[in-house]
Amino acid sequence: MNKWEDNKAWFMVIPVFLVVAVSAILPLMTVVNYSLQDIFGPDQRVFVGLEWYKDALTDSRLHDALKRQLMFSSLVLLIEIPLGILIALMMPKKGWGASLSLVLVALPLLIPWNVIGTIWIIFMRPDIGLLGAAVNGLGIPFDHTASPFAAWVTVMLMEVWHWTPLVVLLAYAGLQAIPEAYFQAARIDGASAWSTFRYIQLPKMRGVLTIAVLLRFMDSFLIYAEPFVLTGGGPGNSTTFLSIYLVKLAVGQFDLGPAAAFSIIYFLIVLLFCWLFYQVLLKVGTGDKP
Amino acid sequence: MALIDLKNLAHSYLSKPTAETDYALQKMDHVWEDGNAYALLGPSGCGKTTLLNIISGLLQPSEGQVLFDGKDVTGLLPQERNIAQVFQFPVIYDTMSVYDNLAFPLRNRKLPEADIKERVKEVADMLELNDVLHKRAANLSADAKQKISLGRGLVRSDVAAILFDEPLTVIDPHLKLLLRRKLKQIHARFKLTMVYVTHDQLEALTFADQVVVMNQGQVMQIGTPQELFENPQHTFVGYFIGSPGMNFLPCRMENGIAHIGDQEILVGNGTERLTGSFKLGIRPDFLKLHSQAVQGAIPVTVKAVEDLGNCTIVTVALAAQTLKVKLSEEEDIPAESGFLEFQRQWIRIYSDEKLVGNGVKQQARLEPAK
Amino acid sequence: MALVIENVTKLVEKDCHINDISLQLEPGTFNVLLGRTLSGKTTLMRLMAGLDKPTKGRILMNGQDLTGVSVRERDVAMVYQQFINYPSMTVYKNIASPLRLAKVAKAEIDRKVRDVAEMLRIEKLLDRMPAELSGGQQQRTAIARALVKDAELLLLDEPLVNLDYKLREELRAEMHEIFKRRNSIVVYATTEPPEALALGGNTAVLYEGRLEQFGPTVDVYQHPQSTRIAQAFSDPAMNFVAGSVDATNLRLGDAMPSALEQHLNGLKPGKYQFGMRANHLQLQSRTATDIEFQANIDLAEISGSETFVHVTHNGAAWTVQQQGIHQYQIDEQIKVYVNQARLYVFDLDGHLVASPDNASRQLT
Repeated sequence: MNKWEDNKAWFMVIPVFLVVAVSAILPLMTVVNYSLQDIFGPDQRVFVGLEWYKDALTDSRLHDALKRQLMFSSLVLLIEIPLGILIALMMPKKGWGASLSLVLVALPLLIPWNVIGTIWIIFMRPDIGLLGAAVNGLGIPFDHTASPFAAWVTVMLMEVWHWTPLVVLLAYAGLQAIPEAYFQAARIDGASAWSTFRYIQLPKMRGVLTIAVLLRFMDSFLIYAEPFVLTGGGPGNSTTFLSIYLVKLAVGQFDLGPAAAFSIIYFLIVLLFCWLFYQVLLKVGTGDKP
Repeated sequence: MALIDLKNLAHSYLSKPTAETDYALQKMDHVWEDGNAYALLGPSGCGKTTLLNIISGLLQPSEGQVLFDGKDVTGLLPQERNIAQVFQFPVIYDTMSVYDNLAFPLRNRKLPEADIKERVKEVADMLELNDVLHKRAANLSADAKQKISLGRGLVRSDVAAILFDEPLTVIDPHLKLLLRRKLKQIHARFKLTMVYVTHDQLEALTFADQVVVMNQGQVMQIGTPQELFENPQHTFVGYFIGSPGMNFLPCRMENGIAHIGDQEILVGNGTERLTGSFKLGIRPDFLKLHSQAVQGAIPVTVKAVEDLGNCTIVTVALAAQTLKVKLSEEEDIPAESGFLEFQRQWIRIYSDEKLVGNGVKQQARLEPAK
Repeated sequence: MALVIENVTKLVEKDCHINDISLQLEPGTFNVLLGRTLSGKTTLMRLMAGLDKPTKGRILMNGQDLTGVSVRERDVAMVYQQFINYPSMTVYKNIASPLRLAKVAKAEIDRKVRDVAEMLRIEKLLDRMPAELSGGQQQRTAIARALVKDAELLLLDEPLVNLDYKLREELRAEMHEIFKRRNSIVVYATTEPPEALALGGNTAVLYEGRLEQFGPTVDVYQHPQSTRIAQAFSDPAMNFVAGSVDATNLRLGDAMPSALEQHLNGLKPGKYQFGMRANHLQLQSRTATDIEFQANIDLAEISGSETFVHVTHNGAAWTVQQQGIHQYQIDEQIKVYVNQARLYVFDLDGHLVASPDNASRQLT
């Protein structure tokens, strides 16, 4: 057998390697390089070893941002996944109703992220915003620029409104893929709606829900544009999530070394959580005992 | 257990059917006896699955009624009809153990756990699922999964009928035999009314006491495998059952003699009353081919020889017609022309595709073709 | 000018799919690859087509080594189990497609398409789309497309397996005619012994990637060189019973000893395995010399015109093929008969020692 024939395939994947190298690996290496130096100007830098990492890991503002971030992402998953499944279950399965509801559900996904922030700023304004004014009109003081609680509620609302549709679409696709025979068998076995959901629909949706959880976790963990536009991380630091803090550090204070070290840590945290989720979700529902 | 009564039943998937062809199921009126095994057999699109779904309650018939033991169940949902169904692809509850799968229908009906345990054990014994009872059902092979789906029907003591929709499609060929045997044994033991849909004649004829042959939404004949083979009531049944199917020759009947071209075949047996144009039907198994002239045999030319090992299928031409002749391994095959002998007691006469002559009261048993 | 396969081995990962096969196929011949699923039929066809490369060995077409020649540059046509047609083209265009690609003149294309369509009895369907056809008609279209270009190598991989039995019966009967008088090397893979027999030509029996026997189909059927070949080339599978022969007598299973006759005369005394085809087992004794066994009925399977009685004798599972429809009870005790003249004799390693004389079947 010809060696050349055997190895020809490798040449085919070279373009992909190049793209990945330029787009991911090279910048990452630059960041690793920066994270080990103290940078004063284009030609003025000092090698400082792991100092920035030590600083970052002991930085209480980073800890706070991480706690906030975990809180935020947990809330996102706890709300969006069940809500998404619920909406998917309620959607019509066929006919024009199915197409129409799909289009309606998908609408928020079609709007650019920064526009979403602007929409919600206007929507929530206590003086002229539809929701903001309505809530204040009921006598409940609500101003996301003044109260941390109101800021959180606003960011959560916006996030849920924007991204639950993605979960809905995934869950809906998962539900549509279940053969009709399962539902017929369940009816014949006398299963209640809850049993049908618990023993047929939920297990059969496991694959798509795994993807939904991973996507939503990663995206929410990396959230930047919407809170930046809406609250700018405030009031105070109450909505300063990891990415906002990172940008404040890197761009605002122009301290590239610590920002680079922070980025690497951030990256590792995301990777770790994704791996954990993946492992757990993979085991649920397979094997005799998970 | 139940007697199933199909009263003036018809179904169309269209909201306002007008022509006969709008009906997926043509009007029918049948009584299916309690404790019998019925197979619905026919080519794809013949309406057999539609009929099964009407019996199970998954589909509402557009006309007529379904009665179980005299009680009208037409408007009832599947869960209200006390039926069980086994589908083409095994339906099991992935996250449950085999035991929990079998117990599921009983738990839904709020039976005490002690009773459930007893029923599940009995059924698991019968289906030879004891060794895997506490394994997760999702990890089992297709045949074990199909047994579980069957088991979920058998555990219920109130089950009126068990319905099967091509249940062996995904089973390995060498395991099919074992499952067919198991089904026969279960039927013999529980005497449940069973209805089995398939397009495979071997499966239908092996499984059923009574085979319902369907074509284009119509029931062509209900009968035992032997009746279908010996006395097809319709030319479709003759064609569809048996391989190769029955030969049909347009002929002119006169005084009990069939005239085909300028050849004459003596039919007799009460066909003397028939005069005019008919079709003569005879199975390839009941034709003999001689190389020398024999009393009553007709000269034919050999067109093709298909040696299948166990038997040989010879295509012969008679006047403008061709016929298939099935010969056993011992029989010699004339090279170019020969003499075709019709075994008289197996000749059937058809008019307008329906059996009209001979064999209607046929009592003779089929002897192995020599 | 032939297709020559020289000591070809094909490994996939570490599994051996084809194990040292050598085979020579001549133009104008019909060749059946017979074997169970996973016996290597499809792999061998892919190698012949040039879709895969052998791990070891060479494949030569007309003396030219095929290694490194792209399948597109070769003159090969293939028909698959699935009905593969271009869904957006009419039947006519589907059949014409190989000729259009070969830039054949319009009039010539028209003539060839109509000829082949007539042979496959789809001449009235030429304007239809594949989706409007039945499975049988779709497969006829696929076969027509493969035939139309007169490729030097025509490969058919279980083309009838996805058709229901009536359509399979019809197409099987026509196959022989369709492939007659062709200059191509036709290779046809199947698991079904009756298909191989109906098609005739030569048969190569494959078992776990090895070529077990190659020869004229009828010869292979009548003289299977091993128990494995006999199993693969019998439908239902051949039945076996252990037995022994001494100077004058034959003992089979727990049956009464009987005097040696005909082709069994002259067997060396010793232990053998005896093979019996399902249609040679009887439930009624026909002659006084028939050997009688006790058996227990497992199940009687009924096809339209035959009954397959599955029985157990001394732990061995047998199938008795009976003409006509007969009902039996499960676990009924019955007697099964076989005539000595029908016995295949294999040694304990499974090699053929003696087979029945095949004088019984002759064209007169």
